[in-house]
Amino acid sequence: MVSVLKRSLAIITLLIIGYWIAQAFAGVPFGQDKMLVGQYYLNNVKAQTGAVNAVTAVVVNYRGFDTLGEVTVLFIASTGVGALLWKRKKERTARTEGSIVLTTGTRYLFPFVLIFGAYIFIHGHLTPGGGFPGGATIATGFLLLYMAFIVYEIPHKGFEVAEGLVGMGYVIVGLIGLMIGGYFLFDWIWQTWQLGTNNIGRLLSGGFIPVIYTIIGLKVGTELSGIIDNMIKEEVRE
Amino acid sequence: MIHISVYYFGAISLILIGLYAVLVKKNLLKMLIGLSIMETGVNLLLISVGYISGRSAPILSEGVGPNQAVDPIPQALVLTAIVIGVATTAMALSVAIILYEKYGTLNVEEIRRLRG
Repeated sequence: MVSVLKRSLAIITLLIIGYWIAQAFAGVPFGQDKMLVGQYYLNNVKAQTGAVNAVTAVVVNYRGFDTLGEVTVLFIASTGVGALLWKRKKERTARTEGSIVLTTGTRYLFPFVLIFGAYIFIHGHLTPGGGFPGGATIATGFLLLYMAFIVYEIPHKGFEVAEGLVGMGYVIVGLIGLMIGGYFLFDWIWQTWQLGTNNIGRLLSGGFIPVIYTIIGLKVGTELSGIIDNMIKEEVRE
Repeated sequence: MIHISVYYFGAISLILIGLYAVLVKKNLLKMLIGLSIMETGVNLLLISVGYISGRSAPILSEGVGPNQAVDPIPQALVLTAIVIGVATTAMALSVAIILYEKYGTLNVEEIRRLRG
């Protein structure tokens, strides 16, 4: 009885909330041009950033500082997972290897998964994607290794060093911008050096977007792999 | 009656389905799945607000000029939101792991300290 009451109460609440949201969105016409800032970005993205993909130009170039904050949030989350699941002694406890399909497939696919992830984040300024999906793809490669082999662990030392270095790299790129152009995360590669001006739409363009996206990709990849590692390993009591 | 686009309707339904799971389900993992569904709904809602009929993705390649592309800002926002969503989900899952280790169950009604 209680459960039925609770459910019907929940459904009534949801209908009220849904009606309210729907009424709010009845005033937002679908499929019409209502861009204000977006049109400015679209008109100027090629000249100001050298990127073809307006979304990644907004994320990395116009709103680069927000993205630094986003990377920080991800870092805090990964640190938080590490802190929450911290144990004195943790080991892999899986008892059975993955099936032969999984192990063989992982052995052959792993390098290609890494290459595909790197491809996604290096071409962030040209194609859909960017550092975050690319990093997630790289972490998927390590997840495959964890699932296929019972003894596998990521090289912790190397991953921690790489994570710290690329995190510092982001800030350093921003500080170089501060030195050259006068504000943090100034796009010095595009606006001062003007590298790749006649190259728009090819790989070597886009100012510091590929550089920063490589940094973000490596950082996201290492952090998500660290989260996977923390979640899969279990405490071992002697 | 109010008339909204079918895209808005689908996205709002996803939000409500997720909220239903959060409100009614007793298993923590199912509540977290509900949160993820809600997140997807919010992302879809944002994306569909930025859509403009007949225009293509905001990648200015051949044949797509600044006037043939949809609004890039909601997409950039959603890119951020997805990453934050992954981070919060990872945190919530590790809290769930700790709760399971401590209480031996994921049922929120049996976990006395979370009753409410």
